Amino acid sequence: MTGGPLAAFWHDFRGNRVAVAALVVVLLLLAGALSAPWLAPQDPYDQVTLSLLDARRPPGFVGSGGYVHLLGTDPSGRDMLSAILYGLRISLQIGVFAGACALVAGTTIGLVAAFVGGRLEQAIMRVVDLQLSFPAILLALILVALLGQGRGQLIAALAAAQYAYFARTAHGAAAAERRKDYIEAVLATPLPAARVVFRHLLPNILPPLIVVATVQIANAIALEATLSFLGLGLPITEPSLGMLIANGFQHLMNGRYWISIYPGVALMVLVVAINLVGDQVRDQVNPRLRR
Amino acid sequence: MPSPAVAGADRVLLDAVGVSMRFQRRLSLGERIAGRLGAGLPPASVGAVEDVSLRIVRGETLGLVGESGCGKTTLGRIVAGILAPTGGTVRLDGAPVRAGGRKLTTRVQTVFQDPFASLNPRRRVGAQIAEGPVAHGATTAAGAAAYVAGWLERVGLDPAYAGRFPHQLSGGQRQRVAIARALAMRPDLLVCDEPVASLDVSIQAQIINLLLDLRAELGLTCLFISHDLGVVRHLADRVAVMYLGRLVEEGPAATIYAAPAHPYTQALLASVPRIARRGDIGRHAFRPVAGELPSPLAPPAGCAFHPRCPHAMPVCRSRRPDYCVDEGQGRGLACHLADRGEPLAGPASSH
Repeated sequence: MTGGPLAAFWHDFRGNRVAVAALVVVLLLLAGALSAPWLAPQDPYDQVTLSLLDARRPPGFVGSGGYVHLLGTDPSGRDMLSAILYGLRISLQIGVFAGACALVAGTTIGLVAAFVGGRLEQAIMRVVDLQLSFPAILLALILVALLGQGRGQLIAALAAAQYAYFARTAHGAAAAERRKDYIEAVLATPLPAARVVFRHLLPNILPPLIVVATVQIANAIALEATLSFLGLGLPITEPSLGMLIANGFQHLMNGRYWISIYPGVALMVLVVAINLVGDQVRDQVNPRLRR
Repeated sequence: MPSPAVAGADRVLLDAVGVSMRFQRRLSLGERIAGRLGAGLPPASVGAVEDVSLRIVRGETLGLVGESGCGKTTLGRIVAGILAPTGGTVRLDGAPVRAGGRKLTTRVQTVFQDPFASLNPRRRVGAQIAEGPVAHGATTAAGAAAYVAGWLERVGLDPAYAGRFPHQLSGGQRQRVAIARALAMRPDLLVCDEPVASLDVSIQAQIINLLLDLRAELGLTCLFISHDLGVVRHLADRVAVMYLGRLVEEGPAATIYAAPAHPYTQALLASVPRIARRGDIGRHAFRPVAGELPSPLAPPAGCAFHPRCPHAMPVCRSRRPDYCVDEGQGRGLACHLADRGEPLAGPASSH
């Protein structure tokens, strides 16, 4: 076997076919979202190209644009496939950014708490515990209501609702690593505390954080979809998957299932696939589960 | 080797006075409430190190021995500035090793027991050796590679190992890296905390010989902590023996090995396994120290060693012997037998 730990990691990862399939699905959805402007037959935000004559058409309908609406159209005559691709783009963007913000903020807080110790650690971790005892959706709802609508506000609200998971994980891992000899050795050199924390402690607690990050990105996407479904997410001009589901909700009972169901399927496939990948990464990182 | 007592004060490199380390047990909520209400609870702390004074003269190696749990590692960490003692002072050349909650000096460096734990698993060996010297100006970032190569060669490793990760090295190689990391800081005092205890016996000899060579080459002063009297014998000029957090005996290595005065030292020496020569069988039989180390949470009254001591007298159960220093011979001893002026003939002093 050649290569570093990454090659070994991939070798183990390849052993789980479900996880590999899930990873392929995630990458396909990511590629589809990134290349939406070229893949999508229609720009769903360009009001000029929409025609009300095409509204609420079932899958397979050939609209005024001259192409097949593979997944039907919504009440404004938007091509659902195009809307889903663009919606994926927004959902993924918000999920990844919110996850990244929560990762950075939560990890810093947890690391510092574990390193400093004492009363500050107690104070910080009790706040984190308190927040973990709330449902994240509740906190995100309150924050969105306070901050208002918009992409930046939504990312901030989701990050604030989720940083606690990272803080908890980072604190637990860092508190264990902190007592190991190699940290004592660099402290005894002595090296500055900031350098010890970010150059020595941080790289050694990354594996569990990567696991939490995968799961939390999926959670952020689901949370954002929930908020958008409730009308508290993004403005109507930037429809994410959650808003697409909401748009078709009142038509569900009329038999026009495609307006809600297809964005819902896309959302579900995305979240489940990310979680499956995350599960496999967790199993590989956790030494107790390693075969 | 001149004893610290007769040596001029300017030759003393490390001076630890009355060092104590008490670890507080975290009280439960109920106990804290009871304490606030005035209930007289016993103090919930463990004395890992109690009132220990040590001096190390420039250029000498002090061997610190004792069973597991006697506080020798804690004392070593206090001397190295890693832990702040709860009582007493540690000075290196007259300057405190720690102040304001952080270690001040780079002149004491440590080699830890377990080379599998003391190296950062995610950094290359060369980067770990170079980091301290670069941060403290012993070398420059540009000159770091050559500096690291020099130290790797000095500890007997190929300079190409600088690019490896610790998991690619064997235990002995890792301990060489740990020694190089400590020495690259150009310390005056090297604290070796059981540096060979976790290594293979064949590797132990290599590492001890390496330490001997480096000590001669660099004129190092060492505090060498070990539970293995055989190892200490190879290295130490003076030996200090700890039992349950306190010093019980101290003196020049030759004297301690030839004529141990404290019954605990005698018992420790008798417990060193040896290869018996023809006709020796029975005389040098392996004798472990009887009994077990008492819990430091509830140390025995009087002399802490009395429950295991073959010479225990009534006074040993009630009063703790003072630590008496004989300045002329550079020896220290805490035992009631010495007060009675009895010449002690221990089982291990037979050769």
